[in-house]
Amino acid sequence: MSDTEAERLASLLRSLPYAGFLGMSMDLAGDELTAVLPFKPALVGNVILPALHGGVLGAFMEMTALIQLGVREPVSRQPRTIDVTIEYLRPGRALTTYARADVRKVGRRIANVHVEAWQETRASPVAALRGHFMLSGE
Amino acid sequence: MTIDPAIQAAMALRMVDDTPQAVALGLRLISSSPGDAAMAVPYRADLVGDPSTGILAGGVITTLLDHVCGLAVLTAVGRDHATATLDLRIDYMRAAAPHREVIGRARCYKITRSIAFVRAVAFEDDEADPVATAQGAFALSSAGGAP
Repeated sequence: MSDTEAERLASLLRSLPYAGFLGMSMDLAGDELTAVLPFKPALVGNVILPALHGGVLGAFMEMTALIQLGVREPVSRQPRTIDVTIEYLRPGRALTTYARADVRKVGRRIANVHVEAWQETRASPVAALRGHFMLSGE
Repeated sequence: MTIDPAIQAAMALRMVDDTPQAVALGLRLISSSPGDAAMAVPYRADLVGDPSTGILAGGVITTLLDHVCGLAVLTAVGRDHATATLDLRIDYMRAAAPHREVIGRARCYKITRSIAFVRAVAFEDDEADPVATAQGAFALSSAGGAP
């Protein structure tokens, strides 16, 4: 990882207030970007299990997709979310959650991105997201 | 299905007051009746997705819609029931207006023995001009444990 890329990523994250609200960070290893969401009690949606709020998992994966697109295709404007489908596979436990985005297609204006989130075992994801994102203003 | 209104009201309040993420977002309960629910998320600087536009992050709307759908399911089932979101599809029609709270309204339109189907919409003041719409399926458990 070059310092410039790491710096660009850090400054991108700092510029996103909601990423700070969630407390997420990004890990860049070579050309692979992993989003990291450390557990904190404010992220809980079910106090009995306890489990992370489903909305938080969805939001974390959506941010991962947006940041991946921002890093891959530097544009002046942030991409905008068109639609997302979130699948919940397992309860998100009181642990650090990771996510990786796979940019499946980048068209002239629209990108398709798949994201998977996991905790201890990547092969047992807690949730997945598929979404379309608008790359340029309409 | 008969539901004690007092029990239902208490259930609805617990959804916003006793859920840590709902408290962190500042979700406010607007109304709830069997199968229907509405709540609002305030506009706050730390919930903004893109500071150049000042628009709330899509994730905030996602959590609002997931949460209000969950309450619509609970009020439709009529008792404290363990529910888990199976999937949620959200279409973002337009950006939310900066400096405005966003309301989420959900309706649970079908319940089977094990699944509840819900639709929801997010808007500032006109439901016919939505910021986002959502459709989701929730799994219900009978014993109150994990579905």
